[in-house]
Amino acid sequence: MSTDTRKSSTESEVSGLDYEETELKLGLPGGSRIGGSEPERKRGFAETVDLSLGGETCATDLGDRSTDSSDGPVSGAGRPPAAKAQVVGWPPVRSFRKNALKSCTYVKVAVDGAPYLRKVDLEMYGGYQQLLTALEDMFSCFTVRNKRLVDPVNGTEYVPTYEDKDGDWMLVGDVPWKMFVASCKRLRLMKSSEAVDLAPRTPQGSTNTK
Amino acid sequence: MSEDEEDETRGGEEKRRSPDPGRGGGGGANPPPPFSDQVLENVLENVLQFLDSRRDRNAVSLVCRSWCRAEAQTRRDLFIGNCYAVSPARAVERFRRVRALVLKGKPRFADFNLVPPRWGAGFYPWLAALAPAYPWLERLCLKRMSISDADLSLLALSFPTFRDLTLICCDGFGTAGLAAIAEHCRHLRVLDLIENDVEEEEEEMVDWVSRFSTTSLESLVFDFVGCAVNLDALEALVARSPSLRRLRVNQHVSVGHLRRLMERAPQLTHLGTGSFGEGGGGGGEVEVADLEAAFAASRSLVCLSGFRDLAPEYLPAICPACANLASLNLSYADITAEQLKPVIIHCHNLQTFWVLDTVGDEGLQVVAATCKDLRELRVFPLDVTEDSEGSVSDVGLVAISQGCRKLRSILYFCQRMTNAAVATMSENCQELVVFRLCIMGRHRPDHLTREPMDEGFGAIVMNCKKLTRLAVSGLLTDKAFGYIGMYGKLLRTLSVAFAGNSDLGLRYVLEGCPKLQKLEIRDSPFGDAGLLSGIHHYYNMRFLWMSSCKLSLRGCKEVAQRLPHLVVEWIRDKPEEDDGEAVEKLYVYRSLAGRRNDAPPFVEIL
Repeated sequence: MSTDTRKSSTESEVSGLDYEETELKLGLPGGSRIGGSEPERKRGFAETVDLSLGGETCATDLGDRSTDSSDGPVSGAGRPPAAKAQVVGWPPVRSFRKNALKSCTYVKVAVDGAPYLRKVDLEMYGGYQQLLTALEDMFSCFTVRNKRLVDPVNGTEYVPTYEDKDGDWMLVGDVPWKMFVASCKRLRLMKSSEAVDLAPRTPQGSTNTK
Repeated sequence: MSEDEEDETRGGEEKRRSPDPGRGGGGGANPPPPFSDQVLENVLENVLQFLDSRRDRNAVSLVCRSWCRAEAQTRRDLFIGNCYAVSPARAVERFRRVRALVLKGKPRFADFNLVPPRWGAGFYPWLAALAPAYPWLERLCLKRMSISDADLSLLALSFPTFRDLTLICCDGFGTAGLAAIAEHCRHLRVLDLIENDVEEEEEEMVDWVSRFSTTSLESLVFDFVGCAVNLDALEALVARSPSLRRLRVNQHVSVGHLRRLMERAPQLTHLGTGSFGEGGGGGGEVEVADLEAAFAASRSLVCLSGFRDLAPEYLPAICPACANLASLNLSYADITAEQLKPVIIHCHNLQTFWVLDTVGDEGLQVVAATCKDLRELRVFPLDVTEDSEGSVSDVGLVAISQGCRKLRSILYFCQRMTNAAVATMSENCQELVVFRLCIMGRHRPDHLTREPMDEGFGAIVMNCKKLTRLAVSGLLTDKAFGYIGMYGKLLRTLSVAFAGNSDLGLRYVLEGCPKLQKLEIRDSPFGDAGLLSGIHHYYNMRFLWMSSCKLSLRGCKEVAQRLPHLVVEWIRDKPEEDDGEAVEKLYVYRSLAGRRNDAPPFVEIL
């Protein structure tokens, strides 16, 4: 919240060093402090993410409880880094604690017909559009059309579905976003031909709000 | 289990500043003593068996050879603070009748990902020595060690009277290992898995809870074992364990199941709830009133924790138990002051309270108003980033200091702090033994005066005469370290991050704090001169950790050269960035075992 004071004149008098020098940025100690040095990627928490969502996952996003309903810049994928580069292990909170407060929003994503699983953190996204865009990035063979993911090669449509806390499979997009985040246990991109049994979609326009 | 409460010693083995071959000896081939001495030794043993304190025992062992032998024969509880400080062979050679062992491995900064994986602290070498030497081993506590499923299996099979296993911040094992313990330890009383890294794919999971063969279970803690457990088996286990006093379940146990477990075990003293919210699958919905009845029926509860995935309307269900609570851990519950209030106002006897900063200063004020007997407070951040808003501040700290005068231990994460508030705490809380303040923004000054936080921490070391553990943060100059060196005469553990101006800071501490045992420093401008100023003291310390400071190879090599019983580890986990002269990570510890033979390629022992 408050910005750091880099130095006050008394301090630099005391030691002859100013804080620019002593403030350690990420780079070799004693080496040149080149602006724009790569932020440390190694983070215990980030290690649990199976994939990088097209860009660095910024630690500030993790705490971002944004309720911004605009589907503007996609959070999590390609958002520019926070004003301050994050440092490994600071603040000093154990990974398991960070994960414990977050873990409920990590879900596995399966795709019908594909052998691999991915994981996403639903809290990284502000809404359905961002989630779909992220899925599109993740499974780069798909493109998003009409809230569905389409494999342009063969035209197969995939409908994003999810299993909720009661074990029911539902269509993604039917409930308000926050309710979805709270109840979604895992995601599955189901072929739309198989998705006919799922709860019918509510009329367009009444979904995708927070 | 808090490191702060340990009786600090010079390690499980005798350590002397100047080796004296004529007195006391650590094992080795000595001729048998004359008969009269043998009698005296036997008498002595009978007396010494009543001695519990580690520190006292170490002192006893230094008196003479005879006393050393007698003490070694009667030591039942062995504490090894650094698994590399002594070889397993030497430990079992000297202490022949050990029933309980505490073993610690990685340095604490490993918790914050500063120690690369596979650095060491494997349990197997110890296990291989323990199994033949201590067939009657009953209790084992490991902290920050790497232990595999195979190790757990071997452990379970090697000690027929094994009773208590406590694993804290360990890694390398999974449910297969737990299953082996459950199945083969027929007299198991305690299985406490605290904050370990147990992550498994669902496909590999083993139903370990079904395997328990013991009927004398007293404590089962698995609140952070990530995999779901067989709930029916758990209920059956609880039902057939009349001695069960402590149960902490993970978040896969719903409130519905929790209520059933509580009904089965009304004698519980320590309860860790699982998911304390709606859904959770399978357990069915539970009315708050029913849950409250369950808490009312559990009349022995003194310690509550868990509260994962909390639905706030469920929290008041614990109210019937609040008046008896000595310990309450709400640090996984994202609640406001308003949600905390109706619960905390009943907790008059609370001594230990862990909470998230979401309750804000206002929440802490309520705590201060009610919990007059509070001894330990920990306030954790929900948003673990430097630039977050932060909900607690100097205001909360002052409130606590005014209300909780018996406070002994505090860990406080915040974004804003003032020297005045810290000084006020130092004046009000004279019983403080542990003071750990984490101002999350690096180099952040007093938010009102814009001054460094020197005076606040200075007041703490000056006024809190019982202080043994200190963690500093915020904008700090060498002056702060001057205060620490001048007044921190009982200080044993010091944690420093992003602080100080020059080598003077480190020198003040190393020259001024005679009891310093554990010093961990990161990202502070201390260099070789500072490092060398501690040469006189390093043999008296458990360890020194310095990362992202200004150390160079020359200085570190000099330390290694001048102190042959010190192991000086240069951890180079980013060799591609290595410029050859700068030492990015240094880990230094005394050892009777010399350089370890299991060092990975990225560790160079100087």
